[in-house]
Amino acid sequence: MLLLGLAVVAWVVARARATRLQTAAPKGAMHSLPSYHGWYVALWALLPACLFLAVWTNVMPGLVTGSVLENPAASALPEDSFSRGAILAEARAIAQGKQAAAFNPLAQPLVQPYRDAQSRFATGGVILSLILAFAGAAYAFTRMRTDFRARTRVERLVMGTLLLASLIAIITTVGIVASLLWESLRFFSMVNPIDFLFGTKWSPQSAALGYGNDDAFGAVPLFWGTIFIGAIIAMAVAIPLGLMSAIYLTQYASSTTRKWMKPILEVLAGVPTVVYGYFAALTIAPALRDLAVGVGIHGASSESALAAGLVMGVMIIPFVSSMADDSIAAVPQAMRDGSLAMGATTSETIKRVLIPAALPGVVGGVLLAVSRAIGETMIVVMAAGLAANLTLNPFSSVTTVTTQIVQLLTGDQEFDSAKTLAAFALGLVLFIVTLLLNIVALRVVKKYREAYE
Amino acid sequence: MLTPEQEALKPNNPKMTARDVNVFYGQKQAIKQVSIDVDMDNVTAFIGPSGCGKSTFLRTMNRMNDTVASARVEGEITLDGDNIYSPSMDVVQLRARVGMVFQKPNPFPKSIYENIAYGPRIHGLASAKADMDVIVEKSLRRAGLWDEVKDRLHDSGTALSGGQQQRLCIGRAIAVEPEVILMDEPCSALDPIATAKIEELIHELRGRYAIVIVTHNMQQAARVSQRTAFFHLGTLVEYGVTSDIFTNPRQERTKDYITGRYG
Repeated sequence: MLLLGLAVVAWVVARARATRLQTAAPKGAMHSLPSYHGWYVALWALLPACLFLAVWTNVMPGLVTGSVLENPAASALPEDSFSRGAILAEARAIAQGKQAAAFNPLAQPLVQPYRDAQSRFATGGVILSLILAFAGAAYAFTRMRTDFRARTRVERLVMGTLLLASLIAIITTVGIVASLLWESLRFFSMVNPIDFLFGTKWSPQSAALGYGNDDAFGAVPLFWGTIFIGAIIAMAVAIPLGLMSAIYLTQYASSTTRKWMKPILEVLAGVPTVVYGYFAALTIAPALRDLAVGVGIHGASSESALAAGLVMGVMIIPFVSSMADDSIAAVPQAMRDGSLAMGATTSETIKRVLIPAALPGVVGGVLLAVSRAIGETMIVVMAAGLAANLTLNPFSSVTTVTTQIVQLLTGDQEFDSAKTLAAFALGLVLFIVTLLLNIVALRVVKKYREAYE
Repeated sequence: MLTPEQEALKPNNPKMTARDVNVFYGQKQAIKQVSIDVDMDNVTAFIGPSGCGKSTFLRTMNRMNDTVASARVEGEITLDGDNIYSPSMDVVQLRARVGMVFQKPNPFPKSIYENIAYGPRIHGLASAKADMDVIVEKSLRRAGLWDEVKDRLHDSGTALSGGQQQRLCIGRAIAVEPEVILMDEPCSALDPIATAKIEELIHELRGRYAIVIVTHNMQQAARVSQRTAFFHLGTLVEYGVTSDIFTNPRQERTKDYITGRYG
């Protein structure tokens, strides 16, 4: 608070001085506007002091504890670092008012030294930072001259801040990939990658309990379940429906219908996936099971690939539809006119000209949709089941990569067993696959855009 | 109603006639009281400054304006005596009889062969592959493109040059055996050599089809047409034999336009 006030004062004073300089200087000699000089000085007042405070708040507890330990009352503490730490923590809690009285009698005499040390260091920190702020401001103030390039410096700082902001996202991504890679490597040092990628038996729990074998981490059933639900069943729903709705919206719907339908379709994309998940688990899945039993299909389970896939397909419709919509709209009007002028009907034009011309864009959209579907978690966790079955029967329960990651990492875990590390390996595979899908899809879409522009 | 000059000009063999045609886009009237006869044996050119309604009028002649939701047409346009705006007229059949070539070449992103075969296929003109081959060859020959593309019929139509693409579009229109071909500034996107080829082609097609061509280029109208109609601000100012219009215009506005005073 104090620092901010100081910065404001610095800004005002510096600007006033720069204005005087400007009026005194010959026309055009002043490089930067007065307000830039103001910003420059204010930043010098603010930034070093803030940096100091940030460091200080991290270092202070250690310094406080150090000074408390020098107090004669601390000599009574036990040598054992664990109980010593506990007593110190108790004394600190009392000193800060979080705890009323001490359980351990040894903590009580330490409370007062703690309080003293704390207030001493806190005041010291504030004073030091204020001095720094004054020093910074004074330093910047003395540099103020007519030819001083305050604007350049202030703008460079602003650019640096913006760069930092954008780097944070990139650094995070790199960090995630690195941790995935690292943990996966640890996993693959315990389990043969070939067995993992091509094995057909998945039972990580038995391995964790100590009577597993090498086959327990065969991930093929998971991959199959993921593809079965995300790429086959969901797409069988989403591609035709999405495409048809896009065709209707772009070619047949009047502009008023379009104005109503598009936002509603987009609302579908905004429904949280958990909601889809319990819709799938509580409504669709039991209905499908009853239906399957009714028509005499055996092995129908209450959690089925079909239920998860259908609901996921519905979830992805707006995605496919809006991509298809964009690519159909990008086909030049001249192409439509050309076909209509030949005496083709609207549906012939759509079938023979628009869809072939829009196909690359639609394919790109579908690939993006697939990559979303296989990364989708909530619906499959709730509706697809946990049994790692390698089956073609859509009514039986299957499991997916994302479901198993959730299973492996929920509950109490130690983070060095093959069981938990398997989650990272699965995550890595999922990451690579979706990354490839996205790259291919964007490539396809881009190439197609170039063809018409 | 026809003016006396128009009465005198009335062809022996009118293919399409328009009577008192008005076209509106929403509230705005784009065409006002246009009456004209299009002759089977002559090439008719529509000239006039930009925005004068000549393209709009052309598009009413095969009902391409139907695709514009706000467009509304009043009056009567007939093809062989049948009103093309009557409810009994099927727009699909109308467009098969009245073909259209656009300003910018717009071949489909398909092979040359498929571009030509598109129309015959949707109208069911050929069932056997051999029949289709005959239609494709005949259409490409008439469009003057056969010798240039006969060895690469299965290359993409969009890979051709601009002039070749435009002749491909003409060939595509011819393939369905239309009676009238409407051309909307077919050369405005082409270089002079390609333009010359198209004009030559128009000469060759004359007589076989009734041809209407919209053009900005008065020299082109003079070169390719036998009848010229001058449009201005949505009205038909003057319609007559091409050589008369260019050498001896009756209306002051026509004269101003062809001598380059505006437009």
